[in-house]
Amino acid sequence: MKLLVCVSKTPETTARIAFTNDNTAFDSSGVQYIMNPYDEWYALVRALELKEANGGTVTIINVGPAANDTIIRKGLAIGADEAIRVDAEPQSALYVARQIAEYARGEDFDIVFLGKESIDYNGAEVGAMVAELLELPFVSHATKLEMDGNKAMIVADIDGGDARLEVDTPFVISAAKGLAEQRIPNMRGIMMAKRKPLKVVEPAAAEDLAVSVRFQLPPEKGDVKLVDPENMDELVRLLHEEAKVI
Amino acid sequence: MVLVLAETQKGKFKKASLEAVTYGNKTAQVLGTDCAALVLGPASGLEELGKYGASKVYHVPDAGLDNFDSQVYAAVISQVAEKTGATVIVFSHSALGKSTAGRVAVRMNAGSVSGANTVPTLEGGAFKVTKGVFSGKAFAEYEIKSDIKVLSLMGNSIPVESSGGPAPVEELSVEVPAARVTVKSLERVEGTTPLPEAELVVSAGRGMKGPENWGIIEELAEVMGATTACSRPVADTGWRPHHEHVGQTGIAIRPNLYLAIGISGAIQHLAGVNNSKTIVVINKDPEAPFFKAADYGVVGDLFEVVPRLTEAMKKFKAEQG
Repeated sequence: MKLLVCVSKTPETTARIAFTNDNTAFDSSGVQYIMNPYDEWYALVRALELKEANGGTVTIINVGPAANDTIIRKGLAIGADEAIRVDAEPQSALYVARQIAEYARGEDFDIVFLGKESIDYNGAEVGAMVAELLELPFVSHATKLEMDGNKAMIVADIDGGDARLEVDTPFVISAAKGLAEQRIPNMRGIMMAKRKPLKVVEPAAAEDLAVSVRFQLPPEKGDVKLVDPENMDELVRLLHEEAKVI
Repeated sequence: MVLVLAETQKGKFKKASLEAVTYGNKTAQVLGTDCAALVLGPASGLEELGKYGASKVYHVPDAGLDNFDSQVYAAVISQVAEKTGATVIVFSHSALGKSTAGRVAVRMNAGSVSGANTVPTLEGGAFKVTKGVFSGKAFAEYEIKSDIKVLSLMGNSIPVESSGGPAPVEELSVEVPAARVTVKSLERVEGTTPLPEAELVVSAGRGMKGPENWGIIEELAEVMGATTACSRPVADTGWRPHHEHVGQTGIAIRPNLYLAIGISGAIQHLAGVNNSKTIVVINKDPEAPFFKAADYGVVGDLFEVVPRLTEAMKKFKAEQG
């Protein structure tokens, strides 16, 4: 099987979020970056499992600057065979999707994987866009994927329930928690990753039709109001009369 | 015209869809135009959407649309948008909306913002809308520069408003391509509101000590009519199902009330819940970081406090009749 995994770079999950340039840009000073957890833990690992079971190759693709090579090498250390980096500073989901589709078109991947969303811009858009650009079926929020020849049996989250779906390759799939278990790269993987091909390609022309213009942090919470643990009637009263949520 | 996709579930409009129609109507007012709703597949009672602000309801009744395939939906929605001259297309930020909105954006060459949580503004011709970013840790304002715009509305961002009367329904005939994704079955957790739509959420963490102790959480949730949730360690150890996991790598939610029981409040957990309107934290450790993000706090042993709260809720419910 020929598998493509789209990976994104995000601030690590405990990073302090701040903005700069009059709140128009993310302040990356002191921020550690990681591979987006949904891309790494679930999409990439499930792709590797399918390769291990059925043979084939796993290619990872990232759209971003040279600084992203660190997370791309991690993907190779976990077990991907080769990597493509489209050398660009993406501003929108559509831009990223066009780059991925541009590369994938003509490569005849059986399955294109990505995480259900990135934990920075939380768009959950790129998968659907890549699928549309490649005219492929798309299944989002997959928690289970089993292959039988070219037929995939998929379980997907549907807002508080499960859908059982079938689709033939080729298709695009976005991964949610449950699709696989996180893998930690071992020393051998890390050494091998250094020799695996990481090809840098120039971006295709594409427009950003929606761009972020200003950021804002949520308002600070006031001090917590402590309620006597013996007096839960008081908590209920506060929730009803003051917070007006029950 | 603003076109809103209204999803149905078991023949009824989802709450998220009524929010989306309300939102579509408010967006239409900003743009000085009308809001129309679109319903796909067999459905009845469509005129009801007029109450929430749709001046018209378009219906593509093909039975094939009962089987959701984002490729088919995107083709149908784009045809309707072109036929009706829609300039803004609104989805709910639901599983269906998320897998379809991006496709429609590609087809219509539209700029898109997914998970919008404010009504767009139009200043000097610039169309701007805000959404949550960094998993709830910040907000970003986006400008959409294309003529056609695609938005998906984050659940619980704006309240449903109903004022109007029934809307006229027009059946449309469009080409419905064959589905390539086959839906074999759908299983929904019965009886409770799904987490992304829930207004009241009772969530518990490692402080529960073990899965056998969840009875008190379920009882409290039942009395309140709340949906249950859990923290990541609890889902990872298999004490609770994965679909209950809220937080940065689980589901991000924004209910009116988030009641966190025995959850310390790691930054990754807070990221998924800190846009809740009111947060109550029950924890025996007064130093638990969650108290800093809470509106109300109870420092105490949850095994004593929770049953007491359940009794207080029962009494309150009885008084409310």
